[in-house]
Amino acid sequence: MFVVSIVIFVAVNLLPGDFAEAILGQGATPESVAKIRQDLGLDQPMVVRYFDWLVGMLTFDLGTSFAQLNFANFGGAGSVTVAEQIAPRLSNTMFLATVTACIAVPLAVTLGILAALYRNTAFDKAANMFTLSSISSPEFFMAYILILFLAVLNPIFPSLSNIFEGMPFSERLEKSMLPALTLTLVVTAHMMRMTRAAIINLLASPYIEMARLKGLSPMRVIVKHALPNALAPIINVIALNLAYLITGVVVVEVVFVYPGIGQLFVDSVKIRDIPVVQACCLIFAAAYILLNLTADILSIVSNPRLRHPK
Amino acid sequence: MSRLLTIKGLKIEGRSDETWNPIINGVDLELNKGEVLGLIGESGAGKSTIGLASMGYTRDGVRISDGTVEFDGIDLVKASAATKRSLLGKRIAYVAQSAAASFNPAHKLIDQHTEGPTQHNVAGRSESVQDGIELYRKLRLPNPDEIGFRYPHQVSGGQLQRAMTAMAMSCRPDLIIFDEPTTALDVTTQIEVLAAIREIVEEFDTAAIYITHDLAVVAQMADKIKVLLRGDEVEEADTRTMLSAPKEDYTKSLWAVREFQRPQQPSPPADATPVVSVRNITAAYGTTDVLHDVSFDIHAGRTVAVVGESGSGKSTTARCITGLLPPRMGEIAFDGKVLPADYRKRTKDQLRQAQMIYQMADTALNPRKTIGEIIGRPVQFYGGLTGAKRRERVNELLDQIELEPSQYYNRLPSELSGGQKQRVGIARALAADPKFIICDEVTSALDQLVAEGILRLLADLQDNLGLSYMFITHDLATVKSIADEVVVMKDGKVVEQGPKTEMFTPPHHAYTDLLLSSVPEMDPDWLSDLLKERGVDNIGDAAVDKM
Repeated sequence: MFVVSIVIFVAVNLLPGDFAEAILGQGATPESVAKIRQDLGLDQPMVVRYFDWLVGMLTFDLGTSFAQLNFANFGGAGSVTVAEQIAPRLSNTMFLATVTACIAVPLAVTLGILAALYRNTAFDKAANMFTLSSISSPEFFMAYILILFLAVLNPIFPSLSNIFEGMPFSERLEKSMLPALTLTLVVTAHMMRMTRAAIINLLASPYIEMARLKGLSPMRVIVKHALPNALAPIINVIALNLAYLITGVVVVEVVFVYPGIGQLFVDSVKIRDIPVVQACCLIFAAAYILLNLTADILSIVSNPRLRHPK
Repeated sequence: MSRLLTIKGLKIEGRSDETWNPIINGVDLELNKGEVLGLIGESGAGKSTIGLASMGYTRDGVRISDGTVEFDGIDLVKASAATKRSLLGKRIAYVAQSAAASFNPAHKLIDQHTEGPTQHNVAGRSESVQDGIELYRKLRLPNPDEIGFRYPHQVSGGQLQRAMTAMAMSCRPDLIIFDEPTTALDVTTQIEVLAAIREIVEEFDTAAIYITHDLAVVAQMADKIKVLLRGDEVEEADTRTMLSAPKEDYTKSLWAVREFQRPQQPSPPADATPVVSVRNITAAYGTTDVLHDVSFDIHAGRTVAVVGESGSGKSTTARCITGLLPPRMGEIAFDGKVLPADYRKRTKDQLRQAQMIYQMADTALNPRKTIGEIIGRPVQFYGGLTGAKRRERVNELLDQIELEPSQYYNRLPSELSGGQKQRVGIARALAADPKFIICDEVTSALDQLVAEGILRLLADLQDNLGLSYMFITHDLATVKSIADEVVVMKDGKVVEQGPKTEMFTPPHHAYTDLLLSSVPEMDPDWLSDLLKERGVDNIGDAAVDKM
């Protein structure tokens, strides 16, 4: 995380332009730019700013958003902290990711198992074709297709997902259904293909032959004998895709006007709101690391060799 | 006696390079209830394929092209998948060669044991758990009440093999296919498993097909024996007839393999300097000592066989001699001069003097290099020969290993048979012009006839070139045929050493005695006699544990 924080800080600060110029626009005079920079501490050398930021991070103070500052009354009651700004967005994104995961993971694993069971049949090929084409098309394309079919032609779900605080759960769920379905289409292919490959990889092993020679049904052979041993790679690919659901949903959020962290991130980059951008990056990195760590732990738990040493 | 299994005109084909090639060319087989048939043959004879076919099963890329497999009136070739599933595990069961690979690593033994009975509605779960424990007890597994609740990796190979036999018995089948169940085991473990299998098969009057390449093993287990060669039946007879009066030449040649015996060389003079002297070696992997105070000498032109079971430290000793694993204490001397412990500190000439031949010729040869390149590399590295001279030397070496240079120089290892690959391994060691060669289980992966050819070649080379061998093996028959001296190792210690003639005549050290007595003999009464003489709890690993 420490290394990641350095990379993020340096990268963000290398972005051309700065907040002062961006906010003053055409009317910027060198004096007013310098004034704002000084107020925001942007005139300090980079290393000093980095350590200020780092100390803030370690004490869970994500800083103050530039954009929301009241310049006339600097540091006064009008300022909004980054944390306050991010928290609702993050929870929205997490909500969307959870809904998607609840649909996509069981779907992908089931499809993978069935594809492995009926491998090289029409079903297997159809499942492969469908998931591959959904992953190969751009997300916004999938999104618009879903809007066309499920919102315009058959108005089942609303096409705008402008959820807000205090909205009842069922309505929230309904509104976020279209983005969730879009994301499902995007992430299912990976997980399904990995499940299928991991299982088929094991089908040549002696214990699978043994299971067949015990007269077990093909379904039982795969679910009971192949799947438990294929879990480690499957868990890893699921973790990667979950991380993607948190960090890579910018396009989908924009299409559906979903107030998630991705949109906030893009808006902040546009106006050079550096503290927000940095905080978002850090949250993305943390999500990646946390999910991969969880995947590693689960892989160990799913392996009796590591769970029960000799 | 009533007929259980009838195979008629069975033809099986395997797919390779887009065409179907015959594996089995029309084999007949008959088995009565409660009868045990031994199927023997070399690798590629089609033993396992027939074994699986008698369950109506073929591996991927293999198909039954003709013939019938009739089990109790049901033709398994034509039967539907559902019909076969209802028989497999319930009335026909399978015991695989490697129990470690054939138990699912993700489930406990008892869960895999009860799967058959519960899925086939033979018994409920708690009932079959009880039965499993009972079977474990009958098969004399240690802690029968508790062992089933472990995962496969927590149980030793010999115990797993017995647990797998118990699993096959879980539905009390009419027929069990044993596919080389003891091939991967040490002799002392093998004998326990053999005794357990035989007892339980007799007790439940189960018919069995026992597949193996080891004649002495099949002699103990089978009522009748069928010999196979490249997918054809050679002959079939009851066990005693087959052993005492084989009809076909091929069978006789199999029987004769064990007769190759090289006379023991005269002992060296007492003041001779040994070529290799291992002095009080103690070595460790990490912080655990695996060798304890090992010492022995190897004299010029002599073969020292280092014998022991897996984990006894044979190969570790070889690693110490070659300098791959510098010992923690002790030293290695070559021609009386102490060598640096680490191979990186040895001179090129010191490295040249000691060469190695490996067990798996398959993996020890670079698959992308031609035979000429593989042998030419050490010729150039150690001998400094290049161009035509190098070529000439490689040809000379190919002549020595009895492979025609013009035919083999440009071939790749994949185009050679197992025995030929091992010969190339020998030529590569000879290319350095060494005095001393370590042979690490060089014949273990080979069929008996091929192995015998390799042993004869090594013996000839020794006579012509005055080589010294350190011969690592777990096979006492090999020791008997070529060793001059024997070093017996156990748990990283030398338990006994001396000239071969002494080692093979009593009195022995207790462990040597146990090793020797555990090697199956061609006598069909051998196992029964041994059990009678020693008692069932005094054979194999159980006896080792008491030492």
